[in-house]
Amino acid sequence: MTPPRKKKMNLKQRYALMTRGLDWETSYQKMDDVFPYDTFEGIKITDWSKWEDPFRLTMDAYWKYQGEKERKLYAVLDSFAQNNGQLGISDARYVNAIKLFLTGVTPLEYQAHRHFSHLGRHIRGVGPRVAAQMQSLDELRHAQTQIHTISHYNKYFDGFAEFPHMHDRVWYLSVPKSFFDDACSAGPFEFFTAISFAFEYVLTNLLFVPFMSGAAYNGDLATVTFGFSAQSDEARHMTLGIEVIKFMLEQHPDNLPIVQKWVDKWFWRGHKVLGLVAMMMDYMLPKRIMSWKEAWEIYFTEAGGALFEDLSRYGLRVPKYADIATDEAEHISHQNWAIFYQYTQAAGFHTWIPGDDELDWLSEKYPNTFDKYYRPRFEMWREMEAKGERFYNNALPQLCQTCQIPMGYTEPGDPTKIGFRSSVYKDERYHFCSDGCKDIFDDEPEKFSQAWLPVHQIFQGNCGGADLSDVLKWYHMDQGIDNMDYNGSPDQKQWDAWQAARKKVAG
Amino acid sequence: MSIDIKTMNVEPKRQTFAHVARRLGSDATASRYEEGVYDLQATTHFHYRPIWGPEYWTFDEGRTAIKMKDWYVFKDPRQFYYGTYTVTRANMHQTTDRNFAFEEKRNMLANIDEAWREMIVNYLIPLRHYEWGANMNACAVSDAGYGAALTSAMIFTTGDRLGIAQILSRIGIALSEGDGELLDQAKQAWMEADAWQGVRKAIEDSLVVEDWFEILLAQFLVMDGMVYPLVYNHFDTEGQKQGAAALSILCEFMVDWSAEHNRWVDAVVKNAVKESDENRALLSDWYGKWRNIMSEALQPQAAMVLGDGGEAALNEVCEQLDARASKLGLTL
Ligand SMILES: [Fe+2]
Ligand SMILES: [Fe+2]
Repeated sequence: MTPPRKKKMNLKQRYALMTRGLDWETSYQKMDDVFPYDTFEGIKITDWSKWEDPFRLTMDAYWKYQGEKERKLYAVLDSFAQNNGQLGISDARYVNAIKLFLTGVTPLEYQAHRHFSHLGRHIRGVGPRVAAQMQSLDELRHAQTQIHTISHYNKYFDGFAEFPHMHDRVWYLSVPKSFFDDACSAGPFEFFTAISFAFEYVLTNLLFVPFMSGAAYNGDLATVTFGFSAQSDEARHMTLGIEVIKFMLEQHPDNLPIVQKWVDKWFWRGHKVLGLVAMMMDYMLPKRIMSWKEAWEIYFTEAGGALFEDLSRYGLRVPKYADIATDEAEHISHQNWAIFYQYTQAAGFHTWIPGDDELDWLSEKYPNTFDKYYRPRFEMWREMEAKGERFYNNALPQLCQTCQIPMGYTEPGDPTKIGFRSSVYKDERYHFCSDGCKDIFDDEPEKFSQAWLPVHQIFQGNCGGADLSDVLKWYHMDQGIDNMDYNGSPDQKQWDAWQAARKKVAG
Repeated sequence: MSIDIKTMNVEPKRQTFAHVARRLGSDATASRYEEGVYDLQATTHFHYRPIWGPEYWTFDEGRTAIKMKDWYVFKDPRQFYYGTYTVTRANMHQTTDRNFAFEEKRNMLANIDEAWREMIVNYLIPLRHYEWGANMNACAVSDAGYGAALTSAMIFTTGDRLGIAQILSRIGIALSEGDGELLDQAKQAWMEADAWQGVRKAIEDSLVVEDWFEILLAQFLVMDGMVYPLVYNHFDTEGQKQGAAALSILCEFMVDWSAEHNRWVDAVVKNAVKESDENRALLSDWYGKWRNIMSEALQPQAAMVLGDGGEAALNEVCEQLDARASKLGLTL
């Protein structure tokens, strides 16, 4: 007879044994040499063992769940391709939203994979380290599943084919790229605050909901499936974000001012990057879900308000300039679309003037601002286009040194006046779109003065030449194919031909 | 309304992304591996020097002394992208789960002779810490390495090594008949027993190596190239003689994994060596250095488990690794 087994462990004990016991205090090398990066930011961690693992996910369970999700996702992608799923979307204008996504966001997923590997190697506590490793895997998943989802669109539409090349060069793509570079070049705790907390916890719904509901409303089954498949990863990432913030705040009172400064900074950085999503939501979805302003009210004002109320017990307050960002929700999508409309000759996607019903929708959703400040301008541009004088702005814009968006934003409280701020650092003057961007620069001028500003670079002759055609060539953009107005584009012609053939078949 | 799309002209404008087509030599249908890996990493126009290490850009070829014209020659012979990776591992682990269930039902580990069980606790279970070191090294390469082909494969390995450490933990828990007592004992051996200090020192030393390609070579060619055959072949064979056949089936994952992973390791080293004489010289130096460290570090292990036969077994392991290394083009 074999002896009966001893007592069973509960899940928590078992997970602790299987994972937490793996690390050890090194003695042949100093711990500070093995983990050189997790102290210089001034975050004080007195006891790593206080970290509570929120997931308790062993590697075999991870493989099993994730493998299952991948099987299902790729089955949908295969059938989407086989059945020419691109014919089922609402309108080919929609595809421009995914162009922006693949060129602007997908490379950041890869960058997130890399930097979560950085944290997965270099954070001293084994709990957050394992969580970071799994997130590194997840982020690689997001990059690759996005490419595989959009691969089919690339076969039929322009603007996708050179996405990594464009990401490293094109003027507006330096907005998301510099956002992520900023986080990766910061210390590990700031990265956690920037990406896991500010972006993935506080602001994530403002990216996720517009894209996924937008895809669903517009018949893009492939992107919807990818999005829902990524949702359970995101739930883990959000939990990591909130846990890290609480952990830092619980570990030592000296951490609060550091964390608050990061929350302020990354809220503002995130808000400016999300302006691109705002424009996508209000202008690029042929079938609209809700306005950016409505999304901001639900996902930031309400949900974020409740969150910061909860975090106030740690002394953390609502991010600085949250009120200004809320005020800007009335304007940001219109101002951004106007910028891209004027500079579509140098963009890798198409723009257009919204149709009448779409302008009416905007008037209804933005009663305080749209008719007064924006509709007249779009109508004027529409008239110009009708006369064969589609408006393109040939003067290169000045960029904000921090967020790198052209300086087209207006003063808080005065939508008729463009906001300008500046600072002098080492005898050079730097320009900003807002107080938020200026504050971020002033706090780290050495860092932000290094920014690779696309317009400066064009002027310095570092982007292929002085003419637009040189720059486009350097961007790997084909004139008249990837850029310019949607009207007259090859995308449009092909879509119209498909629609005509459909009518004929349907008879 | 249903549409007969066959009557419509729905011709693709292109087969794949332009950067992939340039690598394939023409606009041909590309695999998911190729589209998911090629040129995914940003290469230029980074905005800010990392404040945690301003000597390099975030992604910087200078982080290793190995020089490559093209970092995407390091294609994975397994063609792993995230989907194929997770599905493959999930399938492999299903077998492992079945093996554990089989063992548990019969309580087979409990029936292993007491003295040999003690030996297993001393030679096998401490390897969970070795695996944790390998996990950190894989993650270090995934962080600092260059090009998505390498970094993606290395985050997969990161997960693999955590998974293997957890399988070893499960064996330890099963041997303890359900608690963590033997894991503590094995950790103490890793920290204090003379037989383990050489290996632990080698791992700790590798954790502070700055050149990520040296880490890759040291961990995945040299250290694994000795530890895996010694433990999962020679020690296991001895175990079978001692009535520990049940243990072999629980280690199947590691045996299969190692054979598969070596295909990747060999492809990487071979391509790096082939690139230039400078690379060959550097990699050969590193190989020699780590081979000597490891062959010494493992001597007490081999002697502990195999007694007089230990030296011969370790020599055989070293010879086989040397043969493998010279086949990859390294100079010994
Ligand atoms: Fe992601
Ligand atoms: Fe700005």
